[in-house]
Amino acid sequence: MTRDEALFDFLLRLGDNTLILGHRVSEWCGHAPVLEEDIALANTALDMIGQTQMWLGLAAEVEGKGRDADTLAFLRDAWDFRNLLLVEMPNGDFGQTLMRQFLFDAFHSVLLGRLMTSSDERVAAIAAKASKEVAYHLERSADTVVGLGDGTEESHARMQAALDYLWPYVGEMFRADAVDAEMVAAGIAPDPAGLREEFDGITTRVLSEATLEIPASSFGHKGGKDGSFHTEHLGHLLCSMQWLQRAYPGCEW
Amino acid sequence: MYAQMIKTARSGVKTRDEMTDQERAFQDKIDNDIKIEPRDWMPDDYRATLIRQIGQHAHSEVVGQLPEGNWITRAPTLERKAILLAKVQDEAGHGLYLYSAAETLGESRDELVRLLHEGRMKYSSIFNYPTLNWADIGAVGWLVDGAAIVNQVALQRTSYGPYSRAMIKICKEESFHARQGYHAIMKMAFGSPEQKRQAQDAVNRLWFPAIMMFGPNDSESTHSEQSMAWKIKVKSNDELRQQFVDQTIPQIEYLGLDLPDPGIRWNEERGHYDFSDPDWSEFFDVIKGNGPCNVDRMTARRKAWDDGEWVRDGLLAHAQKKSARTAAE
Repeated sequence: MTRDEALFDFLLRLGDNTLILGHRVSEWCGHAPVLEEDIALANTALDMIGQTQMWLGLAAEVEGKGRDADTLAFLRDAWDFRNLLLVEMPNGDFGQTLMRQFLFDAFHSVLLGRLMTSSDERVAAIAAKASKEVAYHLERSADTVVGLGDGTEESHARMQAALDYLWPYVGEMFRADAVDAEMVAAGIAPDPAGLREEFDGITTRVLSEATLEIPASSFGHKGGKDGSFHTEHLGHLLCSMQWLQRAYPGCEW
Repeated sequence: MYAQMIKTARSGVKTRDEMTDQERAFQDKIDNDIKIEPRDWMPDDYRATLIRQIGQHAHSEVVGQLPEGNWITRAPTLERKAILLAKVQDEAGHGLYLYSAAETLGESRDELVRLLHEGRMKYSSIFNYPTLNWADIGAVGWLVDGAAIVNQVALQRTSYGPYSRAMIKICKEESFHARQGYHAIMKMAFGSPEQKRQAQDAVNRLWFPAIMMFGPNDSESTHSEQSMAWKIKVKSNDELRQQFVDQTIPQIEYLGLDLPDPGIRWNEERGHYDFSDPDWSEFFDVIKGNGPCNVDRMTARRKAWDDGEWVRDGLLAHAQKKSARTAAE
Protein backbone atom coordinates (compact mmCIF):
# COMPACT_ATOMS: atom_id res chain seq x y z
CA MET A 1 0.00 0.00 0.00
CA THR A 2 1.48 3.32 -1.05
CA ARG A 3 1.02 6.42 1.04
CA ASP A 4 -1.48 7.85 -1.45
CA GLU A 5 -3.44 4.60 -1.47
CA ALA A 6 -3.63 4.76 2.31
CA LEU A 7 -4.57 8.43 2.20
CA PHE A 8 -7.29 7.67 -0.33
CA ASP A 9 -8.75 5.03 1.99
CA PHE A 10 -8.49 7.33 4.98
CA LEU A 11 -10.32 10.11 3.13
CA LEU A 12 -13.04 7.67 2.10
CA ARG A 13 -13.51 6.82 5.76
CA LEU A 14 -14.07 10.47 6.59
CA GLY A 15 -16.30 11.17 3.59
CA ASP A 16 -18.31 7.96 3.84
CA ASN A 17 -19.05 8.57 7.52
CA THR A 18 -20.59 11.94 6.76
CA LEU A 19 -22.28 10.75 3.57
CA ILE A 20 -24.01 7.79 5.17
CA LEU A 21 -24.93 9.57 8.38
CA GLY A 22 -26.09 12.63 6.42
CA HIS A 23 -28.31 10.33 4.38
CA ARG A 24 -29.73 8.66 7.47
CA VAL A 25 -30.49 11.98 9.14
CA SER A 26 -32.14 13.31 5.98
CA GLU A 27 -34.60 10.40 6.12
CA TRP A 28 -36.30 12.33 8.95
CA CYS A 29 -37.37 15.18 6.71
CA GLY A 30 -40.93 16.20 7.61
CA HIS A 31 -41.35 13.55 10.32
CA ALA A 32 -39.60 15.05 13.36
CA PRO A 33 -41.32 15.41 16.76
CA VAL A 34 -41.44 19.20 16.52
CA LEU A 35 -40.77 21.77 13.79
CA GLU A 36 -37.54 23.01 15.39
CA GLU A 37 -36.19 19.46 15.19
CA ASP A 38 -37.11 19.19 11.51
CA ILE A 39 -35.00 22.27 10.94
CA ALA A 40 -32.12 21.06 13.11
CA LEU A 41 -32.04 17.63 11.48
CA ALA A 42 -32.06 19.07 7.96
CA ASN A 43 -29.35 21.50 8.98
CA THR A 44 -27.18 18.73 10.43
CA ALA A 45 -27.66 16.57 7.34
CA LEU A 46 -26.81 19.53 5.13
CA ASP A 47 -23.55 20.16 7.01
CA MET A 48 -22.59 16.51 6.66
CA ILE A 49 -23.33 16.43 2.94
CA GLY A 50 -21.17 19.54 2.56
CA GLN A 51 -18.33 17.83 4.45
CA THR A 52 -18.77 14.78 2.23
CA GLN A 53 -18.26 16.92 -0.86
CA MET A 54 -14.96 18.13 0.55
CA TRP A 55 -13.62 14.77 1.80
CA LEU A 56 -14.67 12.74 -1.22
CA GLY A 57 -13.55 15.52 -3.54
CA LEU A 58 -10.10 15.35 -2.01
CA ALA A 59 -10.16 11.53 -2.08
CA ALA A 60 -10.86 11.61 -5.82
CA GLU A 61 -8.06 14.11 -6.34
CA VAL A 62 -5.60 11.97 -4.38
CA GLU A 63 -6.65 8.87 -6.31
CA GLY A 64 -6.13 10.68 -9.62
CA LYS A 65 -8.17 8.30 -11.74
CA GLY A 66 -10.68 10.80 -13.05
CA ARG A 67 -13.36 10.09 -10.49
CA ASP A 68 -15.03 12.86 -8.50
CA ALA A 69 -17.01 13.13 -5.26
CA ASP A 70 -20.24 12.17 -7.03
CA THR A 71 -18.88 9.07 -8.75
CA LEU A 72 -17.39 7.97 -5.44
CA ALA A 73 -20.70 8.50 -3.64
CA PHE A 74 -23.05 7.12 -6.24
CA LEU A 75 -21.12 4.45 -8.14
CA ARG A 76 -19.40 2.33 -5.50
CA ASP A 77 -20.95 -0.83 -4.12
CA ALA A 78 -21.24 -1.56 -0.40
CA TRP A 79 -17.89 -3.35 -0.01
CA ASP A 80 -16.05 -0.26 -1.23
CA PHE A 81 -17.61 1.93 1.46
CA ARG A 82 -15.35 2.72 4.39
CA ASN A 83 -17.76 4.20 6.92
CA LEU A 84 -18.11 3.09 10.52
CA LEU A 85 -20.90 0.58 11.08
CA LEU A 86 -22.45 3.00 13.59
CA VAL A 87 -23.49 5.52 10.95
CA GLU A 88 -25.31 3.00 8.76
CA MET A 89 -27.48 1.77 11.63
CA PRO A 90 -31.17 2.58 11.09
CA ASN A 91 -32.76 5.69 12.57
CA GLY A 92 -35.05 3.82 14.96
CA ASP A 93 -36.96 6.32 17.07
CA PHE A 94 -35.87 9.91 17.58
CA GLY A 95 -33.91 8.87 20.66
CA GLN A 96 -31.89 6.30 18.75
CA THR A 97 -31.17 8.84 16.00
CA LEU A 98 -29.93 11.40 18.49
CA MET A 99 -27.92 8.87 20.50
CA ARG A 100 -26.20 7.71 17.30
CA GLN A 101 -25.55 11.35 16.44
CA PHE A 102 -24.11 12.08 19.86
CA LEU A 103 -21.73 9.09 19.81
CA PHE A 104 -20.59 10.01 16.33
CA ASP A 105 -20.30 13.73 17.09
CA ALA A 106 -18.17 13.03 20.16
CA PHE A 107 -15.78 10.89 18.10
CA HIS A 108 -15.90 13.22 15.11
CA SER A 109 -15.12 16.34 17.14
CA VAL A 110 -12.09 14.71 18.77
CA LEU A 111 -10.82 13.41 15.43
CA LEU A 112 -11.29 16.70 13.60
CA GLY A 113 -9.55 18.55 16.41
CA ARG A 114 -6.45 16.44 15.79
CA LEU A 115 -6.72 16.64 12.00
CA MET A 116 -6.53 20.42 12.18
CA THR A 117 -2.80 19.97 12.77
CA SER A 118 -2.39 17.39 10.01
CA SER A 119 0.84 17.52 8.00
CA ASP A 120 -1.36 17.53 4.89
CA GLU A 121 -2.62 21.11 4.52
CA ARG A 122 -5.66 20.05 2.53
CA VAL A 123 -6.76 17.73 5.32
CA ALA A 124 -6.08 20.39 7.94
CA ALA A 125 -8.14 22.97 6.03
CA ILE A 126 -11.20 20.73 5.67
CA ALA A 127 -10.95 19.68 9.31
CA ALA A 128 -10.82 23.32 10.41
CA LYS A 129 -13.97 24.13 8.46
CA ALA A 130 -15.85 20.99 9.50
CA SER A 131 -14.91 21.23 13.16
CA LYS A 132 -16.84 24.48 13.56
CA GLU A 133 -19.99 22.75 12.34
CA VAL A 134 -19.34 19.63 14.38
CA ALA A 135 -18.82 21.61 17.59
CA TYR A 136 -22.40 22.79 17.16
CA HIS A 137 -23.65 19.29 16.27
CA LEU A 138 -22.08 17.93 19.45
CA GLU A 139 -23.53 20.68 21.60
CA ARG A 140 -27.01 19.99 20.24
CA SER A 141 -26.90 16.19 20.32
CA ALA A 142 -25.40 16.21 23.83
CA ASP A 143 -28.10 18.61 25.08
CA THR A 144 -30.80 16.43 23.57
CA VAL A 145 -29.35 13.23 25.03
CA VAL A 146 -29.25 14.90 28.45
CA GLY A 147 -32.77 16.30 28.07
CA LEU A 148 -34.27 12.99 27.07
CA GLY A 149 -32.15 10.81 29.36
CA ASP A 150 -33.06 12.96 32.34
CA GLY A 151 -36.63 13.62 31.17
CA THR A 152 -39.59 11.34 31.83
CA GLU A 153 -39.48 7.69 32.76
CA GLU A 154 -40.35 6.77 29.19
CA SER A 155 -37.78 9.03 27.57
CA HIS A 156 -35.14 7.74 29.99
CA ALA A 157 -35.96 4.12 29.14
CA ARG A 158 -35.86 4.82 25.41
CA MET A 159 -32.49 6.58 25.65
CA GLN A 160 -31.01 3.77 27.72
CA ALA A 161 -32.27 1.26 25.14
CA ALA A 162 -30.71 3.34 22.34
CA LEU A 163 -27.38 3.48 24.17
CA ASP A 164 -27.44 -0.28 24.83
CA TYR A 165 -28.18 -0.93 21.16
CA LEU A 166 -25.52 1.39 19.76
CA TRP A 167 -22.68 1.01 22.26
CA PRO A 168 -21.28 -2.15 20.57
CA TYR A 169 -20.60 0.02 17.51
CA VAL A 170 -18.36 2.45 19.41
CA GLY A 171 -15.29 0.23 19.63
CA GLU A 172 -14.69 0.30 15.88
CA MET A 173 -13.91 4.01 16.01
CA PHE A 174 -10.68 3.34 17.91
CA ARG A 175 -9.36 0.22 16.16
CA ALA A 176 -6.23 0.93 14.17
CA ASP A 177 -5.17 -0.90 11.01
CA ALA A 178 -2.48 -0.60 8.33
CA VAL A 179 -4.14 2.49 6.80
CA ASP A 180 -4.06 4.24 10.15
CA ALA A 181 -0.45 3.21 10.74
CA GLU A 182 0.52 4.75 7.41
CA MET A 183 -1.35 7.97 8.26
CA VAL A 184 0.36 8.18 11.64
CA ALA A 185 3.77 7.62 10.03
CA ALA A 186 3.09 10.43 7.57
CA GLY A 187 1.88 12.78 10.30
CA ILE A 188 -1.42 13.09 8.46
CA ALA A 189 -3.72 11.64 11.11
CA PRO A 190 -3.58 10.51 14.73
CA ASP A 191 -3.62 6.92 15.96
CA PRO A 192 -7.34 6.17 16.53
CA ALA A 193 -6.56 4.43 19.81
CA GLY A 194 -5.25 7.73 21.13
CA LEU A 195 -8.64 9.38 20.68
CA ARG A 196 -10.39 7.13 23.14
CA GLU A 197 -9.52 8.95 26.31
CA GLU A 198 -10.91 12.26 25.12
CA PHE A 199 -14.00 10.50 23.73
CA ASP A 200 -14.57 8.73 27.03
CA GLY A 201 -14.26 12.05 28.82
CA ILE A 202 -17.07 13.56 26.74
CA THR A 203 -19.36 10.54 26.80
CA THR A 204 -18.91 9.85 30.50
CA ARG A 205 -19.73 13.44 31.39
CA VAL A 206 -22.76 13.75 29.11
CA LEU A 207 -24.21 10.29 29.72
CA SER A 208 -23.89 10.68 33.45
CA GLU A 209 -25.67 14.03 33.29
CA ALA A 210 -28.28 12.22 31.23
CA THR A 211 -28.57 9.66 34.09
CA LEU A 212 -27.75 6.89 31.61
CA GLU A 213 -25.57 3.90 32.28
CA ILE A 214 -22.76 3.00 29.91
CA PRO A 215 -23.02 -0.73 29.14
CA ALA A 216 -20.43 -2.87 30.92
CA SER A 217 -19.50 -4.94 27.87
CA SER A 218 -16.60 -3.62 25.86
CA PHE A 219 -17.43 -5.84 22.88
CA GLY A 220 -17.23 -3.98 19.58
CA HIS A 221 -18.48 -4.94 16.11
CA LYS A 222 -16.08 -4.24 13.29
CA GLY A 223 -15.81 -4.37 9.51
CA GLY A 224 -17.15 -0.98 8.39
CA LYS A 225 -14.01 1.12 8.13
CA ASP A 226 -12.16 -1.51 6.11
CA GLY A 227 -15.30 -2.52 4.17
CA SER A 228 -14.94 -6.20 5.00
CA PHE A 229 -18.18 -6.63 6.94
CA HIS A 230 -20.89 -4.01 6.63
CA THR A 231 -24.36 -4.50 8.10
CA GLU A 232 -27.34 -5.57 6.00
CA HIS A 233 -28.64 -2.02 6.30
CA LEU A 234 -26.05 -0.40 4.04
CA GLY A 235 -27.16 -2.13 0.85
CA HIS A 236 -30.71 -0.87 1.24
CA LEU A 237 -29.51 2.64 1.92
CA LEU A 238 -27.39 2.57 -1.24
CA CYS A 239 -30.36 1.29 -3.26
CA SER A 240 -32.24 4.50 -2.73
CA MET A 241 -29.23 6.81 -2.68
CA GLN A 242 -27.71 5.53 -5.92
CA TRP A 243 -30.87 4.65 -7.82
CA LEU A 244 -31.04 7.56 -10.26
CA GLN A 245 -27.36 7.40 -11.15
CA ARG A 246 -27.61 3.66 -11.70
CA ALA A 247 -30.89 3.76 -13.65
CA TYR A 248 -29.80 6.60 -15.96
CA PRO A 249 -26.02 6.26 -16.23
CA GLY A 250 -23.90 9.03 -17.64
CA CYS A 251 -26.46 11.82 -17.28
CA GLU A 252 -25.86 15.29 -15.94
CA TRP A 253 -28.19 16.43 -13.19
CA MET B 1 -49.25 31.40 -1.25
CA TYR B 2 -50.42 28.35 0.19
CA ALA B 3 -53.58 29.99 1.48
CA GLN B 4 -56.68 29.27 -0.55
CA MET B 5 -60.41 29.60 -0.08
CA ILE B 6 -59.95 31.51 3.15
CA LYS B 7 -63.42 32.07 4.50
CA THR B 8 -63.58 35.69 5.59
CA ALA B 9 -65.24 35.80 8.95
CA ARG B 10 -67.98 38.19 7.96
CA SER B 11 -70.69 38.53 5.40
CA GLY B 12 -70.59 41.65 3.30
CA VAL B 13 -68.43 44.73 3.64
CA LYS B 14 -69.70 47.48 5.92
CA THR B 15 -70.11 50.93 4.48
CA ARG B 16 -68.46 53.82 6.39
CA ASP B 17 -71.84 54.79 7.75
CA GLU B 18 -72.38 51.33 9.21
CA MET B 19 -69.00 51.34 10.96
CA THR B 20 -68.41 52.30 14.58
CA ASP B 21 -65.86 55.06 15.23
CA GLN B 22 -63.30 52.42 16.16
CA GLU B 23 -63.92 50.48 12.94
CA ARG B 24 -63.73 53.64 10.88
CA ALA B 25 -60.39 54.60 12.43
CA PHE B 26 -59.14 51.08 11.71
CA GLN B 27 -60.29 51.23 8.09
CA ASP B 28 -58.67 54.66 7.68
CA LYS B 29 -55.33 53.21 8.73
CA ILE B 30 -55.68 50.44 6.20
CA ASP B 31 -56.72 52.83 3.46
CA ASN B 32 -53.65 54.94 4.22
CA ASP B 33 -51.37 51.88 4.12
CA ILE B 34 -50.50 52.11 7.80
CA LYS B 35 -49.69 48.62 9.06
CA ILE B 36 -51.80 47.07 11.79
CA GLU B 37 -49.62 45.85 14.65
CA PRO B 38 -50.35 43.18 17.29
CA ARG B 39 -51.26 45.62 20.07
CA ASP B 40 -53.54 47.74 17.88
CA TRP B 41 -57.28 47.38 18.09
CA MET B 42 -58.70 45.29 15.26
CA PRO B 43 -62.14 43.88 14.46
CA ASP B 44 -62.61 40.30 15.71
CA ASP B 45 -63.38 39.17 12.17
CA TYR B 46 -60.15 40.67 10.85
CA ARG B 47 -58.23 38.77 13.52
CA ALA B 48 -60.09 35.51 12.84
CA THR B 49 -59.59 35.75 9.09
CA LEU B 50 -55.89 36.44 9.47
CA ILE B 51 -55.40 33.55 11.87
CA ARG B 52 -57.05 31.27 9.34
CA GLN B 53 -54.96 32.58 6.45
CA ILE B 54 -51.61 32.68 8.24
CA GLY B 55 -52.30 29.30 9.87
CA GLN B 56 -53.12 27.69 6.55
CA HIS B 57 -50.00 29.23 5.08
CA ALA B 58 -47.87 27.87 7.94
CA HIS B 59 -49.41 24.40 7.65
CA SER B 60 -48.63 24.42 3.93
CA GLU B 61 -44.96 25.08 4.60
CA VAL B 62 -44.83 22.17 7.02
CA VAL B 63 -46.80 19.67 4.94
CA GLY B 64 -44.84 20.88 1.92
CA GLN B 65 -41.75 19.22 3.41
CA LEU B 66 -43.23 15.83 2.57
CA PRO B 67 -43.38 15.82 -1.25
CA GLU B 68 -39.86 17.26 -1.44
CA GLY B 69 -38.54 15.12 1.38
CA ASN B 70 -39.72 12.20 -0.71
CA TRP B 71 -36.69 12.75 -2.99
CA ILE B 72 -33.94 13.89 -0.60
CA THR B 73 -32.62 10.37 -0.14
CA ARG B 74 -32.69 9.80 -3.91
CA ALA B 75 -31.19 13.09 -5.09
CA PRO B 76 -28.83 12.26 -7.95
CA THR B 77 -25.78 14.29 -6.91
CA LEU B 78 -24.32 15.60 -3.67
CA GLU B 79 -24.94 19.16 -4.78
CA ARG B 80 -28.60 18.51 -5.60
CA LYS B 81 -29.02 16.75 -2.27
CA ALA B 82 -27.49 19.72 -0.44
CA ILE B 83 -29.65 22.23 -2.33
CA LEU B 84 -32.81 20.25 -1.63
CA LEU B 85 -31.95 19.90 2.05
CA ALA B 86 -31.34 23.64 2.27
CA LYS B 87 -34.64 24.33 0.57
CA VAL B 88 -36.68 22.03 2.77
CA GLN B 89 -34.99 23.50 5.82
CA ASP B 90 -36.04 26.96 4.62
CA GLU B 91 -39.65 25.80 4.22
CA ALA B 92 -39.73 24.51 7.79
CA GLY B 93 -38.26 27.86 8.87
CA HIS B 94 -41.06 29.67 7.00
CA GLY B 95 -43.51 27.54 8.94
CA LEU B 96 -41.91 28.80 12.15
CA TYR B 97 -42.11 32.51 11.22
CA LEU B 98 -45.71 32.10 10.17
CA TYR B 99 -46.78 30.28 13.32
CA SER B 100 -45.07 33.08 15.24
CA ALA B 101 -47.01 35.66 13.22
CA ALA B 102 -50.22 33.81 14.12
CA GLU B 103 -49.17 33.81 17.77
CA THR B 104 -49.07 37.62 17.71
CA LEU B 105 -52.82 37.39 17.05
CA GLY B 106 -53.32 35.27 20.16
CA GLU B 107 -53.45 31.80 18.60
CA SER B 108 -50.85 29.24 19.73
CA ARG B 109 -48.94 26.98 17.38
CA ASP B 110 -50.12 23.91 19.30
CA GLU B 111 -53.73 24.91 18.81
CA LEU B 112 -53.27 25.48 15.07
CA VAL B 113 -51.52 22.13 14.72
CA ARG B 114 -54.34 20.45 16.65
CA LEU B 115 -56.90 21.97 14.27
CA LEU B 116 -54.89 20.75 11.29
CA HIS B 117 -54.62 17.24 12.66
CA GLU B 118 -58.34 17.15 13.37
CA GLY B 119 -59.01 18.11 9.77
CA ARG B 120 -60.47 21.48 10.79
CA MET B 121 -57.78 23.53 9.07
CA LYS B 122 -56.34 23.05 5.61
CA TYR B 123 -53.09 23.49 3.76
CA SER B 124 -52.52 24.28 0.10
CA SER B 125 -54.10 21.84 -2.36
CA ILE B 126 -50.79 21.54 -4.24
CA PHE B 127 -49.18 19.42 -1.54
CA ASN B 128 -51.77 16.72 -2.06
CA TYR B 129 -50.12 15.88 -5.37
CA PRO B 130 -47.28 13.35 -5.46
CA THR B 131 -43.67 13.85 -6.61
CA LEU B 132 -43.20 10.93 -8.97
CA ASN B 133 -39.90 11.53 -10.70
CA TRP B 134 -36.79 13.62 -10.05
CA ALA B 135 -37.94 16.35 -12.46
CA ASP B 136 -40.87 16.95 -10.12
CA ILE B 137 -38.39 18.39 -7.65
CA GLY B 138 -37.30 20.93 -10.23
CA ALA B 139 -40.91 21.57 -11.20
CA VAL B 140 -41.98 22.08 -7.58
CA GLY B 141 -39.29 24.71 -7.09
CA TRP B 142 -39.98 26.41 -10.39
CA LEU B 143 -43.79 26.18 -10.67
CA VAL B 144 -45.01 25.77 -7.09
CA ASP B 145 -42.59 28.16 -5.44
CA GLY B 146 -42.93 30.37 -8.54
CA ALA B 147 -46.70 30.55 -8.03
CA ALA B 148 -46.19 31.14 -4.32
CA ILE B 149 -43.84 34.04 -5.06
CA VAL B 150 -46.40 35.75 -7.30
CA ASN B 151 -48.86 35.64 -4.44
CA GLN B 152 -46.40 36.44 -1.70
CA VAL B 153 -44.84 39.41 -3.44
CA ALA B 154 -48.35 40.89 -3.46
CA LEU B 155 -48.77 39.94 0.20
CA GLN B 156 -45.67 41.91 1.20
CA ARG B 157 -48.11 44.84 1.11
CA THR B 158 -50.70 43.10 3.28
CA SER B 159 -52.11 45.22 6.11
CA TYR B 160 -50.99 43.15 9.09
CA GLY B 161 -47.42 44.14 10.01
CA PRO B 162 -46.01 40.79 11.23
CA TYR B 163 -47.47 38.93 8.23
CA SER B 164 -46.17 41.51 5.79
CA ARG B 165 -42.67 41.34 7.30
CA ALA B 166 -42.72 37.53 7.26
CA MET B 167 -43.60 37.70 3.55
CA ILE B 168 -40.68 40.01 2.80
CA LYS B 169 -38.24 37.62 4.43
CA ILE B 170 -39.83 34.53 2.89
CA CYS B 171 -39.88 35.98 -0.64
CA LYS B 172 -36.10 36.34 -0.64
CA GLU B 173 -35.66 32.64 0.04
CA GLU B 174 -38.45 31.62 -2.32
CA SER B 175 -36.76 33.28 -5.27
CA PHE B 176 -33.67 31.15 -4.61
CA HIS B 177 -35.95 28.11 -4.55
CA ALA B 178 -37.58 28.98 -7.84
CA ARG B 179 -34.21 29.57 -9.50
CA GLN B 180 -32.73 26.29 -8.30
CA GLY B 181 -35.89 24.49 -9.42
CA TYR B 182 -35.71 25.94 -12.89
CA HIS B 183 -32.01 25.12 -13.10
CA ALA B 184 -32.70 21.50 -12.07
CA ILE B 185 -35.43 21.02 -14.65
CA MET B 186 -33.33 22.77 -17.29
CA LYS B 187 -30.65 20.11 -16.81
CA MET B 188 -33.31 17.48 -17.45
CA ALA B 189 -34.97 19.22 -20.40
CA PHE B 190 -31.58 19.67 -22.07
CA GLY B 191 -30.35 16.23 -20.99
CA SER B 192 -30.90 12.71 -22.31
CA PRO B 193 -34.21 11.75 -23.97
CA GLU B 194 -35.22 9.94 -20.78
CA GLN B 195 -34.49 12.99 -18.67
CA LYS B 196 -36.46 15.17 -21.08
CA ARG B 197 -39.36 12.74 -20.83
CA GLN B 198 -39.30 13.08 -17.04
CA ALA B 199 -39.28 16.87 -17.34
CA GLN B 200 -42.25 16.84 -19.72
CA ASP B 201 -44.13 14.44 -17.46
CA ALA B 202 -43.55 16.72 -14.47
CA VAL B 203 -44.78 19.82 -16.30
CA ASN B 204 -47.83 18.00 -17.66
CA ARG B 205 -48.84 16.74 -14.22
CA LEU B 206 -48.07 19.86 -12.20
CA TRP B 207 -49.26 22.66 -14.52
CA PHE B 208 -52.95 22.61 -13.64
CA PRO B 209 -52.41 21.92 -9.93
CA ALA B 210 -50.00 24.90 -9.93
CA ILE B 211 -52.47 27.31 -11.48
CA MET B 212 -55.17 26.04 -9.12
CA MET B 213 -53.01 27.26 -6.23
CA PHE B 214 -54.41 30.76 -6.76
CA GLY B 215 -57.88 29.51 -5.83
CA PRO B 216 -61.17 29.61 -7.74
CA ASN B 217 -62.03 32.18 -10.38
CA ASP B 218 -62.94 35.62 -9.04
CA SER B 219 -66.56 35.06 -9.99
CA GLU B 220 -66.62 32.02 -7.68
CA SER B 221 -64.46 33.45 -4.94
CA THR B 222 -67.05 34.36 -2.35
CA HIS B 223 -64.86 35.56 0.46
CA SER B 224 -62.63 38.00 -1.31
CA GLU B 225 -64.42 41.30 -1.00
CA GLN B 226 -63.93 41.89 2.72
CA SER B 227 -60.38 40.53 2.61
CA MET B 228 -59.55 42.97 -0.17
CA ALA B 229 -61.13 45.88 1.76
CA TRP B 230 -58.99 44.93 4.76
CA LYS B 231 -55.95 44.41 2.52
CA ILE B 232 -55.49 40.93 3.90
CA LYS B 233 -55.65 40.00 0.26
CA VAL B 234 -54.12 42.48 -2.15
CA LYS B 235 -54.80 41.15 -5.64
CA SER B 236 -57.56 38.90 -6.94
CA ASN B 237 -57.08 35.21 -7.69
CA ASP B 238 -57.47 35.70 -11.44
CA GLU B 239 -55.06 38.66 -11.59
CA LEU B 240 -52.39 36.63 -9.81
CA ARG B 241 -53.03 33.53 -11.91
CA GLN B 242 -52.69 35.53 -15.15
CA GLN B 243 -49.44 37.06 -13.93
CA PHE B 244 -48.06 33.59 -13.16
CA VAL B 245 -49.15 32.17 -16.54
CA ASP B 246 -47.63 35.12 -18.40
CA GLN B 247 -44.27 34.73 -16.70
CA THR B 248 -44.15 30.94 -16.93
CA ILE B 249 -45.08 30.16 -20.54
CA PRO B 250 -41.93 31.69 -22.06
CA GLN B 251 -39.94 29.63 -19.53
CA ILE B 252 -41.60 26.41 -20.69
CA GLU B 253 -40.87 27.38 -24.29
CA TYR B 254 -37.22 28.07 -23.46
CA LEU B 255 -36.94 24.53 -22.10
CA GLY B 256 -38.17 23.19 -25.43
CA LEU B 257 -41.00 21.31 -23.72
CA ASP B 258 -44.52 20.97 -25.08
CA LEU B 259 -47.02 23.33 -23.48
CA PRO B 260 -49.12 21.40 -20.96
CA ASP B 261 -52.40 22.96 -22.17
CA PRO B 262 -53.52 23.11 -25.82
CA GLY B 263 -55.53 26.22 -24.97
CA ILE B 264 -52.42 28.33 -24.35
CA ARG B 265 -51.96 31.08 -26.91
CA TRP B 266 -50.81 34.69 -26.92
CA ASN B 267 -53.71 37.12 -27.04
CA GLU B 268 -52.45 40.26 -28.75
CA GLU B 269 -55.52 42.26 -27.82
CA ARG B 270 -55.34 41.51 -24.09
CA GLY B 271 -51.57 41.54 -24.00
CA HIS B 272 -51.74 38.28 -22.04
CA TYR B 273 -51.69 34.56 -22.66
CA ASP B 274 -55.05 32.81 -22.90
CA PHE B 275 -55.19 29.44 -21.19
CA SER B 276 -57.73 26.76 -20.33
CA ASP B 277 -59.53 26.72 -17.06
CA PRO B 278 -58.35 23.89 -14.84
CA ASP B 279 -60.84 21.19 -13.93
CA TRP B 280 -62.34 22.90 -10.91
CA SER B 281 -64.18 19.77 -9.86
CA GLU B 282 -60.75 18.22 -9.27
CA PHE B 283 -59.76 21.25 -7.19
CA PHE B 284 -62.85 20.94 -5.00
CA ASP B 285 -62.26 17.21 -4.65
CA VAL B 286 -58.72 17.86 -3.44
CA ILE B 287 -59.91 20.56 -1.03
CA LYS B 288 -62.48 18.11 0.35
CA GLY B 289 -59.79 15.53 1.05
CA ASN B 290 -59.93 13.46 -2.11
CA GLY B 291 -56.66 14.45 -3.74
CA PRO B 292 -54.08 11.77 -4.58
CA CYS B 293 -52.12 12.25 -1.35
CA ASN B 294 -54.44 13.90 1.22
CA VAL B 295 -54.78 10.83 3.39
CA ASP B 296 -51.09 9.93 3.25
CA ARG B 297 -49.95 13.47 4.00
CA MET B 298 -52.16 13.84 7.05
CA THR B 299 -51.37 10.34 8.27
CA ALA B 300 -47.66 11.16 8.04
CA ARG B 301 -48.08 14.44 9.92
CA ARG B 302 -50.23 12.92 12.65
CA LYS B 303 -47.82 10.02 13.02
CA ALA B 304 -44.86 12.40 13.33
CA TRP B 305 -46.74 14.32 16.03
CA ASP B 306 -47.89 11.23 17.94
CA ASP B 307 -44.54 9.45 17.70
CA GLY B 308 -42.86 12.61 18.93
CA GLU B 309 -45.00 13.00 22.01
CA TRP B 310 -42.54 11.23 24.31
CA VAL B 311 -39.75 13.49 23.01
CA ARG B 312 -41.68 16.69 23.67
CA ASP B 313 -42.76 15.41 27.09
CA GLY B 314 -39.23 14.31 27.93
CA LEU B 315 -37.63 17.62 27.00
CA LEU B 316 -40.31 19.54 28.86
CA ALA B 317 -39.88 17.39 31.98
CA HIS B 318 -36.13 17.97 31.84
CA ALA B 319 -36.54 21.72 31.48
CA GLN B 320 -38.85 21.73 34.52
CA LYS B 321 -36.42 19.65 36.60
CA LYS B 322 -33.62 21.96 35.63
CA SER B 323 -35.44 25.13 36.58
CA ALA B 324 -36.57 23.53 39.86
CA ARG B 325 -32.91 22.68 40.59
CA THR B 326 -31.80 26.20 39.73
CA ALA B 327 -34.53 27.64 41.96
CA ALA B 328 -33.44 25.38 44.83
CA GLU B 329 -29.83 26.55 44.63
